[in-house]
Amino acid sequence: MGAFGGHDGRERRWTGLDKLESRNRPPRSLLVALVLASVTLITLDVSGGGSSPLEPARRAVGEAFGPAEAGVAAAVRPFTAVPAWFRSKGDLADQVRDLEASNAELKGQVELAGFDRNRLEQYDGLTTAAEDLGSALVPARVVAMGSRQSQSFTVTIDAGSESGVGPDMTVVNNDGLVGRVLRVTRSTATVLLVIDPDSTVGGRVGSSMEIGFVTGSGSLDQKSGLDLRLVDDASVPARDDTVVTWGSSTGPYAPGVPIGTITEVYSSLREASQRAVVKPFVDFSALDVVGVMVPSGSRSDRAVIEADGSLR
Amino acid sequence: MKGLRLLLAVTAVVVALVVQVTLFPHVAWHGIVPNLCLLVVVAAALTVEAPFALVLGFAAGLTLDLAPPADHVAGRWALAMTIAAFLAARVRQDQKPTALAVVGTVAAASFVATSVFALSGVLLQDPDMSVAGLLEVVLVAVVWDVLLTPFVLPPLMKLFARLSPQWAAS
Repeated sequence: MGAFGGHDGRERRWTGLDKLESRNRPPRSLLVALVLASVTLITLDVSGGGSSPLEPARRAVGEAFGPAEAGVAAAVRPFTAVPAWFRSKGDLADQVRDLEASNAELKGQVELAGFDRNRLEQYDGLTTAAEDLGSALVPARVVAMGSRQSQSFTVTIDAGSESGVGPDMTVVNNDGLVGRVLRVTRSTATVLLVIDPDSTVGGRVGSSMEIGFVTGSGSLDQKSGLDLRLVDDASVPARDDTVVTWGSSTGPYAPGVPIGTITEVYSSLREASQRAVVKPFVDFSALDVVGVMVPSGSRSDRAVIEADGSLR
Repeated sequence: MKGLRLLLAVTAVVVALVVQVTLFPHVAWHGIVPNLCLLVVVAAALTVEAPFALVLGFAAGLTLDLAPPADHVAGRWALAMTIAAFLAARVRQDQKPTALAVVGTVAAASFVATSVFALSGVLLQDPDMSVAGLLEVVLVAVVWDVLLTPFVLPPLMKLFARLSPQWAAS
C-alpha cells in the first residue's frame, strides 16, 4: 500500500513536472504571431505618415490616459516642490546675484529684440492689411514627459481641444519657444519640444535678419542645445546673437518668438555652410507652466491671456 | 481567478505607465526613467504561464506606444516588450526563482527591450541617434530597472502567484 502510494506520488509528480515543462516553454507560434503583429503596426504607422490609421487609436488612448496623467501630476506636484524648501540662505543669496546678472543681460537682449520685432512688424504691416497679429495665450501645465528610452522629446500638457488648443499651434513659456502641438485630445495635448531631433523651426538671427533652420540636437543638456544652419552660406552668425522664429501666422510656428542665443559658430568646409549652436532660453528639464498661442478671441474653457496682457 | 488576474495585470500596467510619465521625469537622469511597464511584464513572466505573459507584454508595449506623450512609430515598444517577455518566461525555472535570478532576469529583459527599441529606431531612422547616446540610454535604463526591482517585483509576483494557484503550489 505504502509502496503503491509512493509510486502514485512519484507518478503524479512526474506528470506534474511534465505539465510544468510544457507550460513553462513559451509557445513559439504565439511569439511569432505577436512579433508579426508589432511589425504590421510599425509598417502601418510608417507608411501612413501624417494620416496614419493608428491616429484614432492614439487619440482614444490619449482620451483615457490624459485625465489620469493630469490627476497624478497634480497630486505629485506638492512633493516635487519639496527640495526647493531646503535651500539655505547662502544658496538664495547666490541665486539673487545670479538672477540680477541674468536680468541685466536679458534687459539688453529684450531691447535688441524689441528693435528687431519693430522692424519685423513694419514689414508685416506693409504686406498684410491692418490685421490683428497679436495672439492670445492659453495657460497650461506640463503633466507628463516622454522618456529618453522612447527617443522622442515630447510632453503632455493639460489643455486640449476644449480649451481651444489645436494641432500645429505654437507653445511658449516666459523664457521663449517651447515647441508645437502635435495632436490634441479633449483635455490634453501632446507637444513636440524644439530639442527633438525631428523638430525643425525656421529661425532668424536678430542682428542680421538672416534666416535659417533650427533643428533639435536630441539632448536635454542646455549647452548642447540646438543647431542653426543659415540659408545664405556667405553670412556668418555672430556669437551671443539672439535667434527668433520667422514662421508665418498660419504655419506651425508664430513669428518673432525668441528661441535662444548663439554660443558657438562652426564653418564646415565640406558642406560650405555655417553651423551655429543655439543655447535655448527655455530650460527643458524643468518645464512647468507653458502657454499655447491661439488666435485672439478664440473660445476656451479657461481664462485666456490676451495679447495686451489682460485676462479674459 | 482568471478575471481577477487579468484585472490585476491591466491595473498594474496602467498605474506603471502613468507613474512612469508623470512622477519619474522629476527624478530622471538626463531624461532616462525606469521602465515600470517592463517590470510588470517581467513579474508576470516569472509567475504566470507564458502565453499570458507574452500577450501582456504586447499589450503593455502597445499602450506605451499609443499613450501620450509618445510620438514614435507605434508598435516598436510592443515588439521590444513581447521579445523581453518571451526571454523572461524562458529563463524561469520550475521552482520559485531566487532573488538573484529575479534581478538577473530584470537586467537582461531591460537590456534586450531597450536595445530592441533603439535598434528598431536605427532601422526606421526615427530619429537618427548616435551609437554612444544609445549605449548610454540602454545602460542607464538597466541600472534604473534593477534599482527599482526590490520595490516592484516581490509584491507583484506574490499577487500574481496568489491568483494562479496551480503555479503557487509547485
